[in-house]
Amino acid sequence: MSRARLVGRPLLYILLAGYAAFTFAPFLWLVSSSLQTQADLLAGSVNVIPLRPTLEHYVRLFTSSRDPEFQTATFLLAARNSVLVALATTVISMLLGTPAAYAFARLRFWGSRPLLLSSLTLQLLPSIVLVIPLFLIMRSLGLINTRTGLTVAYTVFSLPFVIWIMHGYFRTIPQDLEDAARIDGCTRVGALWRVTLPLAAPGLAATAVFVFFGAWDEFLYALIFTTSYASKTLPIALAEFIGRFTIDWGAMTSGAVVASLPPVIMALLFQRYLVTGLTAGGLR
Amino acid sequence: MRRPKSGAFSASSLHREGGAASALPGLIHVASVLSREPREGVLAVWLLLPAMAAIGAVAVFPLVQSLWMSLHRVELALPGARPFVGVENYLQALQNPDFWKSVGVTVYFTVTSVALELVLGLVGAVLLNEEFRGRQLLRSLVLVPWAMLTLSTALMWFWIYNPTYGILNALLVRMGVIHAPVVWLGDPLWAMPAVIVADVWKTTPFMTLLLLAGLQPIPWALYEAAAVDGASRWQVFRYVVLPLLRPALLVAVVLRSLQAFKVFDMIFVLTSGGPADATQVLALYTYQQAFRYFHVGYGSALAWLITLATLAMVVLYLRALQASAAAEEIA
Repeated sequence: MSRARLVGRPLLYILLAGYAAFTFAPFLWLVSSSLQTQADLLAGSVNVIPLRPTLEHYVRLFTSSRDPEFQTATFLLAARNSVLVALATTVISMLLGTPAAYAFARLRFWGSRPLLLSSLTLQLLPSIVLVIPLFLIMRSLGLINTRTGLTVAYTVFSLPFVIWIMHGYFRTIPQDLEDAARIDGCTRVGALWRVTLPLAAPGLAATAVFVFFGAWDEFLYALIFTTSYASKTLPIALAEFIGRFTIDWGAMTSGAVVASLPPVIMALLFQRYLVTGLTAGGLR
Repeated sequence: MRRPKSGAFSASSLHREGGAASALPGLIHVASVLSREPREGVLAVWLLLPAMAAIGAVAVFPLVQSLWMSLHRVELALPGARPFVGVENYLQALQNPDFWKSVGVTVYFTVTSVALELVLGLVGAVLLNEEFRGRQLLRSLVLVPWAMLTLSTALMWFWIYNPTYGILNALLVRMGVIHAPVVWLGDPLWAMPAVIVADVWKTTPFMTLLLLAGLQPIPWALYEAAAVDGASRWQVFRYVVLPLLRPALLVAVVLRSLQAFKVFDMIFVLTSGGPADATQVLALYTYQQAFRYFHVGYGSALAWLITLATLAMVVLYLRALQASAAAEEIA
């Protein structure tokens, strides 16, 4: 027999239905639209369930609208750039950020707290604040329209993010375990490597996922730092659907679905880890 | 027994068998480990150096450069002379009605979205904290809007709001709420509410989960005790749950305000700041000044004004985090 805390039975189901409708209806409509023919989309008679379901837009997404420079579908090029930039950002931020996070969590040293707080502040700054100087720097270094340039720009925010989240996570791991290893002859770094890092693995994984999809989602830097499909990412490819004179609604809706699938699937698979990380760090 | 300084000793004695007899070698060992402790600072430097060097190069240096540019007249379209102009760029912003309009739009967006999310997030959290079949599944599924690409969400709402083919007009006309299609994103009155709905849809799951995490530790016995004392469900919520949830609420509101304050993508896609600057938030205004009109010096001054406002909010955020941590320690 389940007991009610605050909301009684009939009301609970009514409210849940409303909440679920608000959350899922727009998304389901997007998916449904992506499966309809262009003619049905523009017929004026809105069909919630596709009259003639088709995957033509998805096929088109990966085969047509080729980029003249690369002779490949722009959407594929953008997907490749997104994967590469997000991967590089994740690897660099985790490699540099994890040791720093450990130092903030475990070691006492002069200036520790102000450093940590300024790093947090950097992460909370709006991207627009740094985009102007970064643009000029990238331009003088020849990094405009390169994946390297984007990766560098993304590290600005993801590195402080890793430091903040992982410093919180390291603090939840009991110091005693590390001390015991050191008494048994481990060096401090050895104890970090053999004891603390393995225990921090779930936190590291969740943080890496956050960083990856943070980079996957980023728009403003990509908008300003990329000029061709040598480095344009998925969000830019999606935004370009709107700039055109006539909008290809089928391609637009199917592109929106495809680009969202990786983060949505990850979120559903790793819900528990992500929620822990999200609430522990209280970020993103 | 004298207690050694750290918790290390207890851990080691647990680890080794035997009692007091073998404690002495252990103690000596602890002493020898602790004597190596002064190297903590040195180790910290090595662990921090790579990250701090990277942050210095990609964040601090650009910030300083931005400060320099904000004090000079820098026009991308006119390379060459960059005369020092003092605080002129800042004064120009503070005397510019477009700037103040943009401030107003940003505040309107931030306050309304966060307030709506807070109400919806609170309702969602309370619902998902009840016991019902399929609760775990629903808790996962509500993550979908939050996990979706921001650009996908923006395009989705762009499609929903389309005046000719959009589903919103079709539904409202069919239900008789409106007689003729509304150009949601092209109407100065409706554009902002439309953008806010899109943003609230995307961010409510985040709010829900933050607040749900605050609700979960509240023990069942507390609800029961209040009910036994004759409190109605509303009273239990108002006088028991809400006060306990306060720290989580505070953190969520300040954090979301910080994020809403920097909104760019959603508005860039849906309205590009229009119609008639009705949705021209500060990030978009700065973007246009710097990258459409190439007023880099002025744009940098705007960026620094935004930074100062953010710093003020960060101070609030840290206070909220501290309050929340303190509350956790009491509980």
